[in-house]
Amino acid sequence: MTFGPPVRSPLEFDAAPDRVVVNVGPSHPATHGTIQIVAELDGETVTRADVHCGFLHRGFEKEAEHHTYHNVIPYTDRLNYCSALNNNFAYAAAVERLLGIEITPRCVWLRTLLSEYSRVADHVTCVAAAAMELGAMTAFLYLMTVRDYIYEHLNHLTGARLTHSYVRIGGLARDLPDGWLDRLEEVLQFTERYLERIHGLLDRNRIFVDRMRDVAAMSTEHALNWGYTGPILRSTGLAMDLRRDTPYLAYGELDFDVPVGIRGDNYDRYYVRMCEIDESIAMIRQCVRKLPGGDVTVRDPRVVLPEKALVYGQIEALIHHFKLITEGVLVPAGEVYVAHEAPNGELGFYLVADGTGHPYRLHVRAPSFVHMGGMHTLLEGHQLSDIVPTFGSMNMIGGECDR
Amino acid sequence: MSASGSDLPHVAALLAALAPACERTSDSFGMPVLELRAERLPAIVERLRTEFGYTSFLDVTAVDFPTREPRFDVVYHFLKPRPLARVRLKVQVSAEDPTVPTLVGQFGAARYMEREAHDMFGIRFAGNADLRPILLYEGFVGHPLRKDYPMEREQPIVDYRDTGGDAPRATNGTSAGSRA
Repeated sequence: MTFGPPVRSPLEFDAAPDRVVVNVGPSHPATHGTIQIVAELDGETVTRADVHCGFLHRGFEKEAEHHTYHNVIPYTDRLNYCSALNNNFAYAAAVERLLGIEITPRCVWLRTLLSEYSRVADHVTCVAAAAMELGAMTAFLYLMTVRDYIYEHLNHLTGARLTHSYVRIGGLARDLPDGWLDRLEEVLQFTERYLERIHGLLDRNRIFVDRMRDVAAMSTEHALNWGYTGPILRSTGLAMDLRRDTPYLAYGELDFDVPVGIRGDNYDRYYVRMCEIDESIAMIRQCVRKLPGGDVTVRDPRVVLPEKALVYGQIEALIHHFKLITEGVLVPAGEVYVAHEAPNGELGFYLVADGTGHPYRLHVRAPSFVHMGGMHTLLEGHQLSDIVPTFGSMNMIGGECDR
Repeated sequence: MSASGSDLPHVAALLAALAPACERTSDSFGMPVLELRAERLPAIVERLRTEFGYTSFLDVTAVDFPTREPRFDVVYHFLKPRPLARVRLKVQVSAEDPTVPTLVGQFGAARYMEREAHDMFGIRFAGNADLRPILLYEGFVGHPLRKDYPMEREQPIVDYRDTGGDAPRATNGTSAGSRA
């Protein structure tokens, strides 16, 4: 049996004789995602690069067509598994838009709070991994501590550390447990204390700045042309943020800034993420203050299961329960594109419904996938060793990129 | 709280300028939808980009309607960063000739996304020289997101190990088992 590479890179065939072609990945210790970079080198300089992904492809969109709308939720966890709640909420928002469901005020604010909490965890992971790959082990361990506190805290709420599946069509799985908000404030203060240390360790660190500053810089035009969104686009100086430009959930009622960079290089991407963590923490505190009471799930019999006691005692409730489980939520025919500002950029769900209990077509506009499409332009002209920090600052998440 | 963020005068101007070149226009939860013929696509996209400021090519995908003729919708989403607005373009292509013009000349982002749509639906993007598989692998037979591609079909890139048990074992490639 012979194993060829999954996809041949043209660089293998047409590289000039004085160039060396090296292969990095898809399973390389310095790339924390399964991605393959075939680079043509002139000395140590990358002259051409071919970035290839797809190693984590598991047919999410095909699976979705064969599951009920509720059963798709666990699959969305596994898109960007560093911030599963953002994926949960964006997917649910698309389904709810087609259903015409208005979620309850408490659900709106809780989803906003948890989106920002997930964003903190995601940015922390990105900065931690990027710093570790440059040898900053202390920064990595500090930030992983923060991330673990957040995951343990989310575990208390959702029952899972990473793959939360916390959303339901029309609401949330359950309300906050007792004492959750008190612990939230503790975790936020802990996070702030550790972020100060990260700023102290990295911001003016000579090694860090030398590796990050002016490496893989790009202009706003370049970023837009290659489809970049989120912190990467903002690092070039364009303050585009869906939370502010098209306020969804409760973002219209929150007070926050949109941090931007200047040069669009690796350092700016690091710094924009750090500033966004600060903004997110401020937003979480506003959400806690403004969190209204009431139900977390709409009382809409089209989407919500009847109470267990009624299912056992009333034939109507039993039938209702049975229909919702076997047929799923019946979403009226139509198509919708809903985009949320995920930690990595625009996370869009394009949903086509045909009136049955499962999606006719569900397409994910995954920021990581589009970002990888333009990454070769950032690698070319820089050193081979610059691949590592550039890839780190992109925060490519395999689950979302390859779907 | 519209996530599409459309402001009405802009949409009206857009539709007034581009609707004559389109087959049909509609509105999808505040997002204008332009349905057009494939050959008009590059010109319309160029006008969207230069006249109306839709400088970001967000997404291209397809939807398969096996019983309809033409069979596929190729669906494009574009974004204007400031003030933020979105537009959706739709092109219908047939199963016999699923060809649309490429957008790699106008948007770098088209490269990867067109490769994915080619992988998953077999849509051909005329002019895109690099339609190698991106999420699949070379030698993969068929287009998995087409409705006639069965969910259960397995095409492992490495043959499953023979465990010697009597459980039925998936063979490489099923109907497309010609791979060595």
